[in-house]
Amino acid sequence: MSYDKFTIIQSPAVPLPIENVDTDQIIPARFLKAVERKGFGDNLFRDWRYNKDGSPKADFPLNNKKYSGKILVGGKNFGSGSSREHAAWAIYDYGFRVVVSSFFADIFKGNAINNGILPVVVTPGFLQKIFDEIEKDSNTLFEVNLEQQKFTILSTGENIYFEINPYKKHCLQNGLDDIDYLVEMKEQIKAFEVA
Amino acid sequence: MQKTLFDKIWDAHVVKQVNEGPDVLYIDRHLIHEVTSPVAFLGLKKRGLKVFCPEKTTATPDHNVPTVNQNQAIKDELSRHQVEMLKMNCIEHNIVYHALGTEGHGIVHIIGPEMGLTQPGMTIVCGDSHTSTHGAFGAIAFGIGTSEVEMVLASQCIMQPKPKKMRITITGKLNKGVTAKDIALYVISKISTSGGTGHFIEYAGSAITSLSMEGRMTLCNLSIESGARGGMVAPDETTFNYMKGREFAPQGNEWDKAVEKWKNLKSDENAVFDTEFTYDAADIEPMITYGTNPGMGIGISQTIPSTEGMEGSDKITYEKSLNYMGYNPGEKMAGKKVDFVFLGSCTNGRIEDFRQFSAFVKGKKKAPNVTAWLVPGSKQVENQIREEGLVEILEEAGFELRQPGCSACLAMNDDKIPEGKYSLSTSNRNFEGRQGPGARTLLASPLTAAAAAVTGVITDPRELLAP
Repeated sequence: MSYDKFTIIQSPAVPLPIENVDTDQIIPARFLKAVERKGFGDNLFRDWRYNKDGSPKADFPLNNKKYSGKILVGGKNFGSGSSREHAAWAIYDYGFRVVVSSFFADIFKGNAINNGILPVVVTPGFLQKIFDEIEKDSNTLFEVNLEQQKFTILSTGENIYFEINPYKKHCLQNGLDDIDYLVEMKEQIKAFEVA
Repeated sequence: MQKTLFDKIWDAHVVKQVNEGPDVLYIDRHLIHEVTSPVAFLGLKKRGLKVFCPEKTTATPDHNVPTVNQNQAIKDELSRHQVEMLKMNCIEHNIVYHALGTEGHGIVHIIGPEMGLTQPGMTIVCGDSHTSTHGAFGAIAFGIGTSEVEMVLASQCIMQPKPKKMRITITGKLNKGVTAKDIALYVISKISTSGGTGHFIEYAGSAITSLSMEGRMTLCNLSIESGARGGMVAPDETTFNYMKGREFAPQGNEWDKAVEKWKNLKSDENAVFDTEFTYDAADIEPMITYGTNPGMGIGISQTIPSTEGMEGSDKITYEKSLNYMGYNPGEKMAGKKVDFVFLGSCTNGRIEDFRQFSAFVKGKKKAPNVTAWLVPGSKQVENQIREEGLVEILEEAGFELRQPGCSACLAMNDDKIPEGKYSLSTSNRNFEGRQGPGARTLLASPLTAAAAAVTGVITDPRELLAP
């Protein structure tokens, strides 16, 4: 899937201090009927975000005008449940490029990276600090530096190093995907099949 | 070096180790369905690629399909279009497609094993997290995203970092009325929905080896609910007996050779696992969930845990969950009202589940306040239910059988639980809104579902089982 190359992002963040945010919440199953990848952002967190009549729920962070930005900050075990890549598509389509949590579910993490979204794992203590900073000032800026693998709270200068697989980092920085890599390997794969 | 079962299969499928990156893993079997494949096919088209190994790919529509009147066109336009798209993609790329209503149709994780497509030692993927089901045969099977579906369509390979290994051993013998579903819900209640993350599980111990293949599939199916990518059980005589004679299983001499090979598929005696857990089967009672993730489960005789000792987002999340369910800490689960009962899904939609449910309700009557949806996992299961005379037993007790599909497990079709209603469900996820907006799901075994279906309230099935 093509996506924008990932470099450095400076942005405020949207807090979602809930644990075990599952992919059924990120994008409910009834919105998985599309056969193309577009428009999923409208239904991101649909049932948390909207009332039954379609009016926005005022207390949900995405509906709170004071929160904005390209960074979503979630509680631990973010993205658990279904393998639906639609969850990553919805997050990207809405405008997020980074999801921060103290823990991600495996499949979601892979899907995110495959779609140009950087999952940033921080310690539970640092996650709380981020929530606290947003609580203090919703416009506070954070910096995500992929090259240095560093997440910084700009107002305080506090920062944390995050892990990412070197190959995946290279892909994100250059907007590459695994399919190009695998298609190049066709002869080697054919040889493996015979062996 | 001593290797685990997982290592043996994984290592045999590595085409290339990418420098400082994931492994390029060869995939033996790719299962596809209508929801997670269309964008992948679109991707192939954009790149001008054909499917690399159509003969290793099998398709069926399951998530969207209605469970009544399958002989008619699908009413929901979007669902119909998605199913039609799968069919067209399969025709274009020469992929075997098991259409709605045909003998091969069913939930993708039910038909694979039924047809003998699922075999020990294989690598199997599908754009569905419950692909872990196939691990019951001693295969490495896991769910993937749509980008990865496209990878496998394009190259029959996937790029994956090798996960860590976990062994969960259940010693001893299961109590009466306790099933594979209860083992799974028990384990997840202990290790949580993130306890297995980063790992692949091997299940071992006498309580596991004594399970039928159906039971092992239920158990492996739910591995993903602990966060693990998959789970597996080493193949043994139970596995071979189940597989023998199935359509795509090796036949004749080939069968004997295959079984000899498969007998080596087990962890070496001193193989090291990154993480190990051991539980005693005697401690497991019929389980039921009370919250909004599969880790929020308790023995059916127990009370909903209190918030004592919880703080911060732990507490907020817990209270949000109980609030959604309409429950309070300290309440007993037994005796609570049930509005709907759902028997089915890739977790519990196999013949053994219907046998257990039917045997339980035989001679009893469905409670008038309960709406029951009994959905076989496949056409073959449906046929077997009829051949074994279970339909008569079910009808006599006031139940009717629907047609195969994923149904109320994720409510993409019309089988939606109404807002606020309680659904005692044999499926795999009790997330908010999973079975329909506002629906409240209680996960349990087919036996516990049967007990609720006849009493109208959450009931310990052991109270009604013949001694």
